[in-house]
Amino acid sequence: MTRHLLSIDDLSTADIEQIFTTAAEMHDVQRREVKKLPALRGRTVINLFFEDSTRTRSSFEIAGKWLSADVINLSAKGSSASKGESLRDTVLTVTAMGIDGLVVRHGASGAAEQISRWIDVPVINAGDGTHEHPTQALLDGYTLTRKLGTLEGKHVAIVGDLTHSRVFRSNVKSLVKLGATVTAVAPPTLMPAGVGDWSKTAGFATSYDLDAVLPEADAVMMLRVQRERMSGAFFPTAREYTVGYGLTRDRLAVLKPGTPILHPGPMNRGLEISADAADALDSVVLDQVSAGVAVRMSVLYHLLAGEETSA
Amino acid sequence: MSTLIKGATLPDGTTTDVLVQDGTIAELGKVTTKAEQTIDADGLRLLPGLVDLHTHLREPGREDAETVLTGSRAAAVGGFTAVLAMANTSPVTDTAEAAERVLDLGRAAGLVDVQPVGAVTKGLAGEELAELGLMARSRAKVRVFSDDGRCVHDPRVMRRALEYVKAFGGVVSQHSQDPSLAGPTACCHEGELSGQLGLPGWPGVAEEVIVARDVMLARHTGSRVHVAHVSTAGSVEVIRWAKAQAERDGHWDVTAEVTPHHLLLTTDLLTGYDPTFKVNPPLRPDDDVRALRAALADGTIDAVATDHAPHARHDKEHAFVDAAFGMLGLETALPVVTTVMVENGLLDWAGVARAMSVNPARIAGLDDAHGRPVAVGEPANLTLVDPAAQVVVDRAASVSLSRNNPWHDRKLTGRIVATLLRGTPTVLEGALA
Repeated sequence: MTRHLLSIDDLSTADIEQIFTTAAEMHDVQRREVKKLPALRGRTVINLFFEDSTRTRSSFEIAGKWLSADVINLSAKGSSASKGESLRDTVLTVTAMGIDGLVVRHGASGAAEQISRWIDVPVINAGDGTHEHPTQALLDGYTLTRKLGTLEGKHVAIVGDLTHSRVFRSNVKSLVKLGATVTAVAPPTLMPAGVGDWSKTAGFATSYDLDAVLPEADAVMMLRVQRERMSGAFFPTAREYTVGYGLTRDRLAVLKPGTPILHPGPMNRGLEISADAADALDSVVLDQVSAGVAVRMSVLYHLLAGEETSA
Repeated sequence: MSTLIKGATLPDGTTTDVLVQDGTIAELGKVTTKAEQTIDADGLRLLPGLVDLHTHLREPGREDAETVLTGSRAAAVGGFTAVLAMANTSPVTDTAEAAERVLDLGRAAGLVDVQPVGAVTKGLAGEELAELGLMARSRAKVRVFSDDGRCVHDPRVMRRALEYVKAFGGVVSQHSQDPSLAGPTACCHEGELSGQLGLPGWPGVAEEVIVARDVMLARHTGSRVHVAHVSTAGSVEVIRWAKAQAERDGHWDVTAEVTPHHLLLTTDLLTGYDPTFKVNPPLRPDDDVRALRAALADGTIDAVATDHAPHARHDKEHAFVDAAFGMLGLETALPVVTTVMVENGLLDWAGVARAMSVNPARIAGLDDAHGRPVAVGEPANLTLVDPAAQVVVDRAASVSLSRNNPWHDRKLTGRIVATLLRGTPTVLEGALA
């Protein structure tokens, strides 16, 4: 298993399957009355968050605590550049306190990878800019595997603001590794730069036409669209976006029965996802949240349990 | 002070002794006159001293990253006898007094001729013209004006600047970057890799639209525009077209420079998010690099200019989008050009002399003293190169104050053996004299 989890690229298909197997065991623990496992007793994990986050931070915090780690949340909001301290200095300071693992969220793409080169404890990327969010993709893959049995040969549509989405970048990699067929759906302005070449080498498809993709899909992952994007001329109005790319009530009707609907949250109800879709029987939004804790327990376990504690 | 350079090979391939006396070239051919100092130049190329159109010396303002003195050292070690110091210091070089101060700091250092570049607009703000005429009339005799680091993006301001500098034979060196197409967070080439890395991209077209606009403005105003650090194949096409037009029309001119890093390094170096490779304009894909090499070889691009941009270590140790733009270049420029252009047969040594000395000296208006032929009576601004030496670059060995060196650990061909400024060696045996 990898030393750091910075990107889905760090994991082989076997690694991902191993993480899922362990996550399933952890998932069972969640249903117990006493949830704590002793696996990381005596280990200290810092959640270093340079960017606001509620769900990811608490999910990592709960995951660490149920493994008996000491979990400390540090909010370092605002770029360290603006405070006059370099990112390296900030991270070295935190690490010097004597920690065993660092969970990092940063608004800048690549921050977790840069940090991993400066320190010698495992780094887990909890979202770096618009680059990756590997534990989100793992929990999505885990959720889908439980719903669909296997992802081999299954068709997953990922729909939304792909160019600004770290969830998309991690998911497309992990879903392809798990054998799924992926179609990335967005208007041209919200497709990542150079996606034509990238999709060819990475083995996924792209489409501007959601209605052509939905009837073939075995799962639909809706991604958040920020209203601020309109000022960047990415699309004209929220209304037009919804008509073109929203999972509306009408579009629900064309899905095959039992097609899971995913959303990493927070949802913009009425924009990319209608209330009917968000609350549909096949919506797995809350399963994703619950799987998040199990998958993060599994990741923390695999990356930290074998590590020597710091002196 | 007299120096005899024995058995040097000139850019045209002929071999000669060169006697340097009182700052000028006194004798050529087989020299028997005794000199106080002799340099064995067997197998070495003697070039007119290199001239850099584009250097950031950081003084005043960021003396922790570089000073005029340390930058001059790096320039001399790199074989340069003249450098143009960009205006984006703190305070900005936008007055006659500021320009004279840079000139005087350069003279005090005494290792290369430091020629200040004046800002086009006050404070580089892109709105009101700086005192271009007063800078031109000052002791610094400023002729090159640039808001480098920022683009003079308002076409009205650019038009007036181009018109105004005609009064004193000035030239506007433009950092071509449309701020709407490549905004403040744009930190790397926009393409497949930026899409995968999730980094805000800086598309080639953001450069090309400004180059296209500026050559039309130069034609309209009958003025001279210089395109700084060209980075895309599309810009090369526009410049090639514009040069043909300018040659036909005769009353206006466009010149262009390329950096050593854009001739060799490509955008895929950003895969690990190492800010050492963050530079503006960004490193581009291989197709652009090939077009730039071809353009330098055929003369569409006139000059190699370093865009030497030293930065304190902590300014590079931020997240990639927050880290400073720029890389060192003075000490490695000639080895890179040797490796990329000479070794690949794209440029001969006469071509190197043109691109790194003759043309930049002419563009900068320094051609009374720099970029001169190696001939009796000419000022002895000279650079002696070992064209076969292979050196593995070690960033710790730099005489610059900074260490943001993208060439670290890379093997390059070509080594500066000696540099002479008006006959006085500033570098001997590859080290500061």
